Parts: sequence; C-alpha cells; structure tokens
Amino acid sequence: MNLTLKVWRQPDTNSEGNFETYKANDVSEDMSFLEMLDTVNENLIEDGVEPVAFDHDCREGICGMCSLFINGRPHGPLHGVTTCQLHMRSFKDGDEIVIEPWRANAFPVIKDLVVDRTSFERIQQAGAYISVNTGAAGDANQIPVPKNDADESFAAATCIGCGACVAACKNSSAMLFVGAKVSQFALLPQGQPEREKRVLAMVNQMDEEGFGACTNTGACSAECPKEIPLSVITRLNREYLRASLTSKD
Amino acid sequence: MKLDAKIPAGPLAEKWSKHKFNLKLVNPANKRKYTVIVVGTGLAGASAAASLAELGYNVKAFCYQDSPRRAHSIAAQGGINAAKNYQNDGDSVYRLFYDTIKGGDYRAREANVYRLAEVSANIIDQCVAQGVPFAREYGGLLDNRSFGGVQVQRTFYAAGQTGQQLLLGAYSALNRQIALGTVKMYNRHEMLDIVNVGGKTRGIIARNLITGEIERHSGHAVLLATGGYGNVFFLSTNAMGSNVTAAWKAHKKGAFFGNPCFTQIHPTCIPVSGEHQSKLTLMSESLRNDGRIWVPAKTEDAQAIQNGTKRGNDIPEEDRDYYLERRYPSFGNLVPRDVASRAAKERCDAGFGVNRTGQAVFLDYTFAINRYGNQEVNRLNLQDADEEKVKELGIAVVKEKYGNLFDMYKQITGDDPYQTPMKIYPAVHYTMGGLWVDYNLMTTLEGCYALGEANFSDHGANRLGASALMQGLADGYFVIPYTIGDYLADDIRTGAIPTNSPEFDEAEKAVIDRIQFFMNNKGTKSVDFFHKRLGKIMWDKCGMARNAQGLQEAIEEIKALRAEFWQDVRVPGNAESFNPELDKAGRVADFLELGELMCHDALHRNESCGGHFREEYQTEEGEALRDDTNFAYVAAWEYKGEEKPVLHKEELVFENVKLTQRSYK
Repeated sequence: MNLTLKVWRQPDTNSEGNFETYKANDVSEDMSFLEMLDTVNENLIEDGVEPVAFDHDCREGICGMCSLFINGRPHGPLHGVTTCQLHMRSFKDGDEIVIEPWRANAFPVIKDLVVDRTSFERIQQAGAYISVNTGAAGDANQIPVPKNDADESFAAATCIGCGACVAACKNSSAMLFVGAKVSQFALLPQGQPEREKRVLAMVNQMDEEGFGACTNTGACSAECPKEIPLSVITRLNREYLRASLTSKD
Repeated sequence: MKLDAKIPAGPLAEKWSKHKFNLKLVNPANKRKYTVIVVGTGLAGASAAASLAELGYNVKAFCYQDSPRRAHSIAAQGGINAAKNYQNDGDSVYRLFYDTIKGGDYRAREANVYRLAEVSANIIDQCVAQGVPFAREYGGLLDNRSFGGVQVQRTFYAAGQTGQQLLLGAYSALNRQIALGTVKMYNRHEMLDIVNVGGKTRGIIARNLITGEIERHSGHAVLLATGGYGNVFFLSTNAMGSNVTAAWKAHKKGAFFGNPCFTQIHPTCIPVSGEHQSKLTLMSESLRNDGRIWVPAKTEDAQAIQNGTKRGNDIPEEDRDYYLERRYPSFGNLVPRDVASRAAKERCDAGFGVNRTGQAVFLDYTFAINRYGNQEVNRLNLQDADEEKVKELGIAVVKEKYGNLFDMYKQITGDDPYQTPMKIYPAVHYTMGGLWVDYNLMTTLEGCYALGEANFSDHGANRLGASALMQGLADGYFVIPYTIGDYLADDIRTGAIPTNSPEFDEAEKAVIDRIQFFMNNKGTKSVDFFHKRLGKIMWDKCGMARNAQGLQEAIEEIKALRAEFWQDVRVPGNAESFNPELDKAGRVADFLELGELMCHDALHRNESCGGHFREEYQTEEGEALRDDTNFAYVAAWEYKGEEKPVLHKEELVFENVKLTQRSYK
C-alpha cells in the first residue's frame, strides 16, 4: 500500500516545530508501524535528509519506550496495543497518517517525536518502592497474599510507563500512571507500612511536575496500551484521602 | 598472562560461605569514600547499583534508554528459577546446580553454578519483599511452573511478564537510592570507552545522547551490566538498542572475551515475515508446557501448506509428526532450547516447514484447550457441555495463563492462535558467551567487573529457560556486594579519582575522533544496510549450525564488509544533538569486530556442545558430539588489534558431576 505521512519535525526543545509530508510507498501489511517508519527513514538518509527521530527499543510492547500520537490517538487506532505492536494491516492504501509526539507540559519535546518523560522518574523516586534492603527479607512464603489481591496488584503493575495516559488526557493528568503504582503496593501486605507516606509523596511530586487535574473522563484508561483500569484512579483518590486524614508524618 | 579463576578451595557446598568469610570488608564509614560506576540498568545493573548504594557506596549508574526501567530484562517473559522446593517434588540446591551444569553441556564452572543455585532462593525472598506480584495459588502462597530441561517445577512467574515485574522491583530499589542521593542516575547516556589508570579501571567516557556532550566519569571500580550481543545477527529477540559496545571497549582495553561463539537460538519465536523485519519476537518457552510442536509427516502435506492450499487444521492426527515427542519421549516438548531449535531446523531443512518460506513449525494449543476445557467441565459440574462449550472454557483457562502472549502473536501475524496452531521458528535470543570473569566477577581488567548476560560465567554452552533472570539478580543482589569489597579494601587511601589525567584525555580524544570520523565520512549507505549484511553472514555461517568452511568464509566476508563500512557509511545530522543514527553507527562498528571473533571461536572449537553445533561433530542420531578430552575449557580471547586474537584456556575441572552425553530421550 502507499501512504502519506504528516510528521511533526522539531529540531530541539527550544525550536519551533512544524509538520512535514512524506510518502511511504510499497508498505507491506506485515510491517509494524515502526518498521514502516524505518523504511521512510532509510529513504530520507539516502536523500541526505535527517531521519525522523522517534523513541523505541524492545519492539514487543513491554519496555514502554515507544510513543507516538497517531491520527489523534496515542499508540494509534487499536485498543490495548503499543505503537511498536501496531501493524500496517490496520491501515489501507491511500491513507493519510498524522504522527505527533506526546503533547504535555510535563513531557517537553526533545526532538521530532521524542519527548522527555523524566517527570515520571521523579514521581517514582518520590515513593514508588518498599523500603527493604537487599538481604533483609524472610522466606517468601511467610507472606501469604490472597490470589485475588495478588492478581489485581499484578494487573496494576503491568503499567509500562509510556505516558499514553497523559497524552490522551485533555488535562495532561498522570493519575492513571500514579494510581497504577499506588494500587500495586496498596493491595499487598508488604506495601502497608509506607502506605500513607507513599501516596502523599507521589501525588505531591505529580503536582509539582505540572501534570493536570483529573476530571474522570476516562480517556487515559481507554487509550492505555496495557488496559490499566480506571479503578486505579478511584483507589488513588481513596488512598490519598485516607492518608491525608490518617498520616502520622 | 595466566588465567586465575580464583575458585575457592574446599567442598562445593562450602565454597561460597567460606569465600564470603575470607573476603576483605570495607567499614561503613569508608564505603562513603568510594565511587562505583554501573553501566546498564537491567536486572544485574539495577540490582547491583541499588544494593551497593544501600551498603553506603556512591554509585553512578548509566543507561542509554530514557529510564532504567526500559532495559531489555523487562521483556523476559516466562519466569525465574529458584531451588525453593515449594512443590515438594524433589528439588534442591544440588539439583538446580546439576540441571544447570548438564543443561549447559558441561561447559560452565561448577563453583559458579553452585553459588547461583545457592542464592536463588534468596532472590525470590527479596523480590517478594519488594512487592513483586508473583503468581499465587488460592491459598495465598507462590505458584510454580516447569521449564525446559528440567523435571521439577521450580519456576516462579508473573503471567508472561516476569522480567518486567522483577525489573520494576529492582528499579524501585534503585529509585529509592536515587531519591536518597546515593545513586546518581544518568539516563540517555552511552558508555563509549573505559579508562585505565596505573593498571586499574578508573572510569568511563560517556556520551549524553540528548546533547551529544562527551563526559568523563571517574570511579574506583566499573561494573558492566550491559547485557548480551545477540544483535550482532541484526535479527534477534533483543531490543533494538541492545549492543556490545561497553563490553567490546573493555575487551579492547584488555578484558578477555569468554566463549564468544556460544549463542542461544530460542526455539519458539515468530518466524521472519519479510525483508523489512527489524526484530524477532519471542513466544515464551512456558508455552511448551502446554503446547505441542509438530510438522506434517508427509512431504505433500507440507508442500500444500507452504503454497497455501492446506492449513494446519486440515492435517489429520495420524499424518502429523510430533517430532520432539517422537525423538525425546522422556522430555518431549520440554527438551532444552538448543535441542528443540536444532530439531526444528532439521525438519524444516528436510522440507517439512509450514509457512511460505518453509521456515516454521506448528505450536499447537488444541489439546491444551481441550484438556483444560474438560477440567473446567468437571470442576463446574457441567457434564452435558457440548464441544463448543468445552472449547470456550478451555480457551478461558489458556487466556489466563498465556493471554498476553497469544494477543501479541495475533497482533504480529494477524492469525488467531486460539483457533489455528501458531507458527514458530528459532531465533537468536541470548548469548552465553561474554566477558571472562573470575569467581568474584572481575574481568581480566583490574577493577572492571561484568555481571548478568554480559559475562560468560554460569550457563556454559546452553542456558536453561528462566535462568537468565536468576543469574542477573544473583550477580547484582547477592554476589557483587560481597566480592567488590575485597577489591576496594586495598584502595582505601586513594581518594577521589581525578578526571584530568592523560589517560582520560587520551580515551576522550579517541571517542571524539571516532564520532568526527562518522560525521565527516561522505559515504552513501546507511548503518542498517551494513548491519543487515553482517547479520546475514552470521546467521548463515555462525548460526544454528556451523562448519569449518563456512566459518573461514565468514571471517573473510566480515573483514571485507568492515572495510566497506568504514569507507561508505553515511551518518546524517550532527554530533551535537540527539542523533540515533550516530549511536547506531558506533554500535555496528563494534559488532563488525565482534562477529569476526565469534567466527574464530566457533572455528577453533572442534566439537559440538550446547548451542554450538559444528556439523562435522555429531552423533549418528544428529545430536551434539562433545570432545571432553580436548575442549573442556573456557576459551578466553585476548584482543590483538588487526592481528588474530590470542586464545587463553581456563580448564574446567569437574569434581562433582560426571561428564556424560546429555540425553533427554
């Protein structure tokens, strides 16, 4: 198939950007979206044009490095799929595809389609851990965890930290991301000692990074490639309220 | 130089305990005076960085991704082994040790492997304490499953995302230390050289991948936890950015490279679909627990499938060849990876492949769906359920166990694996070879350590499933925190290492010169153009099967390709900004040197063992034919520039296990 791409190009954080139009010809339906961009880039290099910069690494939907706002949707048209797992059979001959970076104040553009997500790092550093030093743990089976709690905790922990939730949100809120991590620990017995401290610190850091407020629209969960449920936000709100009232710190 | 593996004396089971006691300690107040550099933040790097910082060392950690959480350990699917014996099925430290030595086809060090088995249980304890949500039974205790090459259930898992959950655990420990200021994290930085001062490793040169700035970082020791080099084949299951550069720079400065030709070709990957392919995707080995592997027994059926006139479901039961069950009745579909891969290649080479290219076999879940469905029928007391209902219930069970893998398969191929058998083919997945290290994980460069997949130490010639996660975390959490103290204790009066020495000047200049070369070279071909050609040479001549003639040809072809690369490569953009093509150029330049070394190693090893299969050395039944008299050693290669690399041998001494021909029949 032959496609027309409108791609956001921006040399660096401080420069202005604009859309450029490129042709992608003879695209096979077995190609992944990123392989399609690879071939476009190969042609650009041949023509002496700087290739389009985009983030990617594992290309199997788990590292969370890839992003891209494709035709107005984070990670493209499919539900529960990252950009690297999106294949060209989801498009048809003659399509025009608009490709933008994540757009959020807390994710400044580094170059073209690459954004800086270190704000997520700082939120995690604020409290997304259990304070246990290496070697201090007792036997693993001394902490039984009801299967349902373990499964729910796991489901929240499958967040890949890609930032699609923020990109999808009209307010650029990071509540789904933070809610997922808070939920993982709040559901486990190991997470209890630091339960209040954790949620207060992470929400505080989230606000400091400039992420917007949540109005429960649900776009984040609808567009999440790992289908993190909206209930993690409910839990985050509950945990935050609970901690605000009961924290001894 | 004589290789000294520094294996402690004494009985196998006491070596590590005694060694720990004999290692020198650094007192807590003095630990603050040291800086340790950790390159790579996968399981080995993140766990090491966090653990060392907890002890009180200052740590500088580096990763090329935008977050340490994105290191490729994240993609490990199936599980992590540990000798917990929670299933009461006869597991023990000794059995895990024995399985790993045997699985590695007797080319690993007994002492290292035993230590690995010994600390494996601690890893599970540590991860659970960190809040890693492993799969559990209804009683709330941890669940296990089985993996290839093993007859007990010792694999802990978190659906098909075990690597992700373990890495996020190590990442959370790392984050805690970053917040405390004991780890300084450098994201989007790539190590481009290692710096030796006065015979000791004292730092690295790194490039900030956003600004292009070249930075000098000094420390009292450098830990390379930079993963494997499977991307030398271009197509592999590794992440796009996975590379050998850090290890290769250390090699060029004096670190010997151990068993470089030992590559693991994983049997269950999604087959290549076309020329555009950028990477291959693994379908977890755990699928072999329940899936059955087969090809048509009749050539005409295989041909009909290849040209699209028949599908897998059209072949009646009696015309199918479950070749693993046929050849290896006692292990069946759960033979080790090297055996399963070669068996698939054998069938496909004989013309029984099941896709357009003839390079695929079926992995069939029909039976598992049926079996689980019937179990559910019994459990739910639905004795009058029809076939459709059984299938529906069975699919639901399979979905819970392997759902994410099935979804991934569907995404990539467009086929629904719940309805038709999956097609799979072997692909490059892991490298057992790596920097040679002694028992303390130190390379032949003093003060330079290698951890995880980056070292050669524990898996011999073939790694068992679910052992990579175990080894990465063992090295990082439970080995290096002890052994590094022994080295650093002698450095107590050194103080901070200056970065304005001639050694740093020289290393930085070499890095800048190479970058300038790329930017100024007016070539015509992209980096990938050369990488793909290198990959093809490696796959064809140093892949699943090798022979002397092919390897000799490959060495010459790689030399020629390397010359062409330096003459004709084109790197667009500039060096002072974000430039992924420049990053790739440096990595491929190193792969072009590594590839040749791998061929030398494969050529010199006149035997077959584990993943190294030399066609000249096989049994009558086509199994690997080891030569323990002449090759029971680790090949540690010394870099000699343009001259041929020099081989050093570390003889492997087996005091506890008896070397036999591996049999999974």
